Amino acid sequence: MDFELTSAQREIVAGVRALCERFPDSYWRDHDSRHEFPHEFYRAFAEAGYLGIAIPEDYGGSGLGITEAALVMSEAAHAGAMNAASAVHLSIFGLMPVVVHGSEDLKRRFLPAAARGEMHFSFAVTEPDAGNDITHIKTFARRDGDHYIVNGRKVFTTKAQEADRMLLLTRTTPIEKAPRRTDGMTLFLAPLDRKAVEVRELHKLGRHAVDTNMLFIDNLQVSAGDLVGEEGRGFRILMDGLNPERILTAAEGIGIGRAALDKAVRYASERIVFGRPIGQNQAIAHPLADAHARLEAAELMMLKAAWLFDRREPCGPEASTAKLLAAEAAFEACDRAVQTLGGYGYMQEYDVERFFRESRMLRIAPVSQEMVLNTISEHVLKLPRSY
Amino acid sequence: MKILVPVKRVPDPATTIRVLPDGSGIATDNIKWVINPFDEIAIEEALRIKEKQGSGEIVLCSIGQITWQEQLRTGLAMGADRAILVKSDQPLDTLAIARILVKVVNDEKPDLVILGKQAIDDDSNQVGQMMAEMLGWPQATFASQIEFADGKCKVTREVDGGLETIAFPLPAVVTTDLRLNEPRYASLPGIMKARKKELKEIAAESLGIDLAPRLRIKKLTAPPKREAGRKVESAAELVQLLHSDAKVI
Ligand SMILES: Cc1cc2nc3c(=O)[nH]c(=O)nc-3n(C[C@H](O)[C@H](O)[C@H](O)COP(=O)(O)OP(=O)(O)OC[C@H]3O[C@@H](n4cnc5c(N)ncnc54)[C@H](O)[C@@H]3O)c2cc1C
Repeated sequence: MDFELTSAQREIVAGVRALCERFPDSYWRDHDSRHEFPHEFYRAFAEAGYLGIAIPEDYGGSGLGITEAALVMSEAAHAGAMNAASAVHLSIFGLMPVVVHGSEDLKRRFLPAAARGEMHFSFAVTEPDAGNDITHIKTFARRDGDHYIVNGRKVFTTKAQEADRMLLLTRTTPIEKAPRRTDGMTLFLAPLDRKAVEVRELHKLGRHAVDTNMLFIDNLQVSAGDLVGEEGRGFRILMDGLNPERILTAAEGIGIGRAALDKAVRYASERIVFGRPIGQNQAIAHPLADAHARLEAAELMMLKAAWLFDRREPCGPEASTAKLLAAEAAFEACDRAVQTLGGYGYMQEYDVERFFRESRMLRIAPVSQEMVLNTISEHVLKLPRSY
Repeated sequence: MKILVPVKRVPDPATTIRVLPDGSGIATDNIKWVINPFDEIAIEEALRIKEKQGSGEIVLCSIGQITWQEQLRTGLAMGADRAILVKSDQPLDTLAIARILVKVVNDEKPDLVILGKQAIDDDSNQVGQMMAEMLGWPQATFASQIEFADGKCKVTREVDGGLETIAFPLPAVVTTDLRLNEPRYASLPGIMKARKKELKEIAAESLGIDLAPRLRIKKLTAPPKREAGRKVESAAELVQLLHSDAKVI
């Protein structure tokens, strides 16, 4: 057993940190309050090659593992919280189904452009009438010669304002006619053609620099060449990408939690009330120490899941557990940071309220804590499925 | 053009420095180490010269412990071609450093040596000048612009009165000032490529150079804690206080 990062991993962490240091808190605070996409950060991240970290070298990437990608995402979230993470997350994780299952033509057309940051991507899976129950999505793709014609609605589609393409999950066989409910679903890397897709931005609690939207898809024409993997196997292909997404999300939670904790610890040792630093009161110190311990534990779980994934071993329970623990640890750390800063913690200038708002989403997306617990109950503990 | 860039490892400028209780040095636990910012500017300038000229070789050189490899790797990741680490576990003074670098220059025969005007740890500002003297080469310190024309190097220097431009033939030693450029950061492919680049180690003792220190640091003390200032109501009061309290006018 070896808990050390390799020298290459340490160099990557130092490298991405040096990049992130050029984007101070004020940059993120401003972009968040102006609801403005962090284009400069995205460009810098792309130019330095980080978007292509997990894209194979043959397609313009660096061909590294999910462990390296997770370390990078953790640093991004440490610097710019979820605004930073979500700005680049989809380019790193979202295209994994294309890397693994895409045709040669699809890979050639999109992976190099993705690695260079020339194209933005969205992930259009969730639907208003299906929610966590993905098999019940209604968006339908009808074959029409060389094309498919897609109709339906998607909700919570992040980055659809910027995206050129979206990873779009559809049904090609209605659920009633499918042999199993997970059959008959098809995944496309579809054009986000504004003539056929109305993109309506949603108003949310936080992470305002990166948009989340409702999509109204009306006769969108998608070339058969944009199909990812085989028709009818979209659900399974999507599932293949879920473990990396959970690992990266966990890494982001650890980054944001550490950022909050750093600020809280500095403040706790500097702020003097009743003639002593507030951090000298155990009521302030212990919750911070506890937050640290939880983040450490979540990170170990996350790294274990990433390690398994990179060894091509099953890692579903570990990736789910990492996401569960990291989302809790992140939110707790942010909440305690707000409490440590008292009234100042509630003020935008001090940043922790932004972390608090943003970290809340990790308990809901990309998969809710409840659904993670369902998975663990059913697949690890072998308890009867409850739903 | 072949360019040699000497690189020193220093504490990150953002680190809080603590002097050891006995004054023998600084506490090195929890310090983040970086390339001396002026040397980073030197690496960047060498890269720009190479990129502009379309060819060339950039060799980095550090003199220090094995851990200094980290900073050399960062420089290689920025784009330098190879690196030399002259290993020494004992602290060396500026004269010994300059002597070692001159030896490296004699072996490597670069056309140009670019290095920081000073290292931000001890702020000596001596190595570049000593090297030029020992090599008998022209030197241009505090460079804020470097150009090449008609086989000559033209350097704009930041001096007290303003800017001075000097031209001289190569080989030469140039030391960098803050405004010369803004260094790039290493890219991910750069980091991965750097791992395969040559990083040669040489033992300082094997060079046959007199490394005995001529300079001894007797004691380090932290600067006195700065007291909070105070606000005055008017200019007249300020003048009065400068006269009566501070006794400076
Ligand atoms: C900021 C943000 C960005 C997002 N970005 C994207 C994106 O880019 N692309 C995309 O496709 N989706 C995105 N999502 C959607 C996200 O993945 C979904 O919100 C999530 O999958 C939950 O679906 P839902 O909101 O419809 O919840 P529902 O399925 O309606 O669930 C509501 C609540 O009930 C609970 N629940 C439901 N069923 C059960 C059960 N059987 N047992 C126990 N509890 C249950 C859930 O855990 C949850 O707490 C985003 C969400 C957010 C908040």
